[in-house]
Amino acid sequence: MVDSHDKTEVHGAGSHLIVTIVTPSGTRAEYNVRHVRVPGIEGDYGVLKGHIPFMTALRSGALIIDLDKEQKIWAVSGGFSEVHADRVTILAETAEPAESIDLERSESSRKRALKRLAERNMIQNFDATRAHASLARAINRIEVASGLGHN
Amino acid sequence: MPSLKQIKRRIGGVKSTSQITRAMKMVAAAKLKKSQENMERSRPYARKLREVIAALAYHTGTDRHPLLEVREPNRIGVINVTSDRGLCGSFNSNICRRTQKVLTEYMGKHVELFTIGRKGYEFFNKREVKIFHHFPGVFQELQFSQATSIGTEIIDQYIEGNFDRIFLVYNEFKNAAQQQLICEKLLPIEPFVELTAWSPIDYTYEPDADSVLSSLLPMHINFQIWQVLLESYASEQGARMTAMDNATENALEIVDQLSLQYNKARQTAITKELLEIVGGAEGLR
Repeated sequence: MVDSHDKTEVHGAGSHLIVTIVTPSGTRAEYNVRHVRVPGIEGDYGVLKGHIPFMTALRSGALIIDLDKEQKIWAVSGGFSEVHADRVTILAETAEPAESIDLERSESSRKRALKRLAERNMIQNFDATRAHASLARAINRIEVASGLGHN
Repeated sequence: MPSLKQIKRRIGGVKSTSQITRAMKMVAAAKLKKSQENMERSRPYARKLREVIAALAYHTGTDRHPLLEVREPNRIGVINVTSDRGLCGSFNSNICRRTQKVLTEYMGKHVELFTIGRKGYEFFNKREVKIFHHFPGVFQELQFSQATSIGTEIIDQYIEGNFDRIFLVYNEFKNAAQQQLICEKLLPIEPFVELTAWSPIDYTYEPDADSVLSSLLPMHINFQIWQVLLESYASEQGARMTAMDNATENALEIVDQLSLQYNKARQTAITKELLEIVGGAEGLR
């Protein structure tokens, strides 16, 4: 069953649906999945095939994708998600697969962000939004990479 | 008439200049290719975002959101997007001139500038035009997070009522040799009218359509700024490529002229010496 809005190349056959992850730097991934869990702003939600059209903003968190034999986890932040009966589009500002996250680097960027926030009065042109956003991103990456994002 | 030695030295100088300009052209071409790829990659996101906002606008009626509210234009903001570096032809001066035109158009109103790119900042800083905020170092490493922080600052100022209308002046990328000067309104956001021949899907929104819309509109602004940064950067590289190509050609032309001059001078010198020798030999007879 393919509805008339479907323009993607992969089709969700049987009990599968398509998850597309899009960021400003390009379409990052496309999966044919059984189930996906999305970090919505009001809480996580799961999507199976046949979901009603649904839209919500994203919070920073883990996108958990259940493929047939394995599970893929992405750290996403900022943006929104759009759900159709047989496809889900994740429009995120940043998206990284858990396995490619460098824990050490994330840890050091978390520390850097905390340090900048602590010394905010001493920094010229302090950009609070950016500092908070990079802190949230770093924490999210660390949680996803170390497996905390599941719970 | 310059001496042979002087001409030779100038030839050397012009030649090494042409080597530098040629290298700069190559570098610009490589950067241009990369930034074109970046532009290409941002398209799916752009398409989706526009589609979704259009669907939302259809269901919510968009007149309530502050970013869509049209106010009497008393306080004008202009975002002037130039490059950080020069040697790219009229790229920056065109932008600054267009911005000055906006300044004269709104003469008597309160107009202040946002500058992205060092060249524009320096231009207006010298001319006693009020610069509200300068965003430094944007083009050193283009990242989406920069567009987000610029966007956030501008949206904050707009919502606080410090500006009633905000324009963007930038170069749009047409092809490697051509840029188009664009002056467009960023805020308030124009209503989305691309709804014809398209029946929007009735989504369920969480928590509700209004709050999804109000989180999407800033995203839309940020993304628009991101695209302008990409366009401007690609245009800058294109403009530099063309400028450096012309410079190289001109340098080679000068080298040709100087070589001709050098050879003529050399020949004259030889002829003169010959005549002197012949004359001297005649005299000895």
